[in-house]
Amino acid sequence: MSANVPSDLKYVKSHEWIRVTGDTVTIGITDHAQEELTDVVFVELPAVGRKVKIGEGCAVVESVKTASDIYAPVSGEVVAANDQLAKHPELANSAPYGDGWFFKIKLSDPAELGGLMSADDYSKQIAS
Amino acid sequence: MMKRTALFAAHQKLGAKLVEFAGWEMPVYYTSIIDEHQAVRTAAGLFDISHMGELSVHGPSALAFLNGVLTNDLRKLSAGQGQYTLMCNEKAGVVDDLYAYRLGPEDFFLIINAARIEADVQWLRQRLAAFAGRKDVDLENASDQWAAVAVQGPKVVSFIDSCFDAASRPPSALRKNEIAPFQADGTSVLVSRTGYTGEDGFEIAAPAEAIEGLWNNILDIGRPCGVQPAGLGARDTLRTEACYPLYGQDLDEKTTPLEAGLGFFVALDKGDFTGRAILAEQKAAGTMKKLAAFKMAGRCAPPRPHYPVWSAREKPERIGEVTSGTQSPTLNIGIGLAYVPPQFAVPNTSINIEIRGQQAAATVVPKPFYRRP
Repeated sequence: MSANVPSDLKYVKSHEWIRVTGDTVTIGITDHAQEELTDVVFVELPAVGRKVKIGEGCAVVESVKTASDIYAPVSGEVVAANDQLAKHPELANSAPYGDGWFFKIKLSDPAELGGLMSADDYSKQIAS
Repeated sequence: MMKRTALFAAHQKLGAKLVEFAGWEMPVYYTSIIDEHQAVRTAAGLFDISHMGELSVHGPSALAFLNGVLTNDLRKLSAGQGQYTLMCNEKAGVVDDLYAYRLGPEDFFLIINAARIEADVQWLRQRLAAFAGRKDVDLENASDQWAAVAVQGPKVVSFIDSCFDAASRPPSALRKNEIAPFQADGTSVLVSRTGYTGEDGFEIAAPAEAIEGLWNNILDIGRPCGVQPAGLGARDTLRTEACYPLYGQDLDEKTTPLEAGLGFFVALDKGDFTGRAILAEQKAAGTMKKLAAFKMAGRCAPPRPHYPVWSAREKPERIGEVTSGTQSPTLNIGIGLAYVPPQFAVPNTSINIEIRGQQAAATVVPKPFYRRP
């Protein structure tokens, strides 16, 4: 199956997407990730107000098959966590780039955005 | 290099997600695990089980030989009947769990786990070499000649007959655990009313070269009833809900059938068989551990194999480990099996499952989690 990789988003190696809106980013898992995980049955989201550092494990996604850690792709403060996703974990499979978003971070270091992957680079990664 | 069943091309055509299982490249799902699980519970699912092993044991002393190495009593079987049974070593540790069918007075057909084919054949050959009547027993590993599929779900009985050539007694007339030969497009196959999902269903063993035609035929004929191909992911969630053990997780050479709660399939009175002495002791004195079924108390991450189990007391102690665990699609709660000391295996006992460093509350429940309506 060939996964969907929207070109207007940024990515990290660990299969998360990042949507940049000014100094806030929205984060979720990619279509490729949800395909690999299979049915998501539980998600653990970071508490709003929590400060995270780039690369820090801050969420967990559990599928029927396996548990996977989600790492903060940028540093900052968690300003929102998707309650709908917590109640309906299957949204991560059915709408990974829409209603299945995980959490939002207000950037503490906007320069970190430069280190994120482009859609092209991520597509190449998952194709290999 | 992983092995592939005769249905590999069919899985690829259906867009299956393939994974390694016991050295085989098998479909874990086609659409989604939960979707396929629900299909089996409400309509019908079709599984490739060709990776499993088939052994042929026949001869005048076949019954005596097998009854001396398997725990259940084969004398209960007439021709055309099968039984769930276990094979134990001298310490009563389980070598494999399997189905034994009697095809004729001196003709037996064993269906064994894919991961245990080599181990089982080696064990049986050893046992046979020491068996006095060995000249009257023929043991053949026919696994490479046979392919197999399982069709499971409440709607299967309504379309299964159309998948075979007309017969005086059609497959739908088979009772649970019965087996009989049928023709599928002129090819001889064996159909049994058995399964590993907790639903009504059939398992079909066919020559490898005929299985793809049979697979496509079943999907075509069952389509109006909603039959879907189903993979190993759903197979695992279904059997866990039904509390069927999985060899390698809930059973191994260090656990006995009595510890696993399978005493119903151990016929201590039939005469001697490998492991009998220890099992008789365990029956009399009780076992040091028991396989308990548990449900998580609320919404949380699912329990998984190897997660530690703790007593829910003032001074919590580690009392065991999860052997099988998953999120139950039917019950919408985490469920699992774990070996614990017998006093904790009593239904309604509170226990804690350690899930990634956190204690999560669970309760021991009677088996099975799910019984078909």
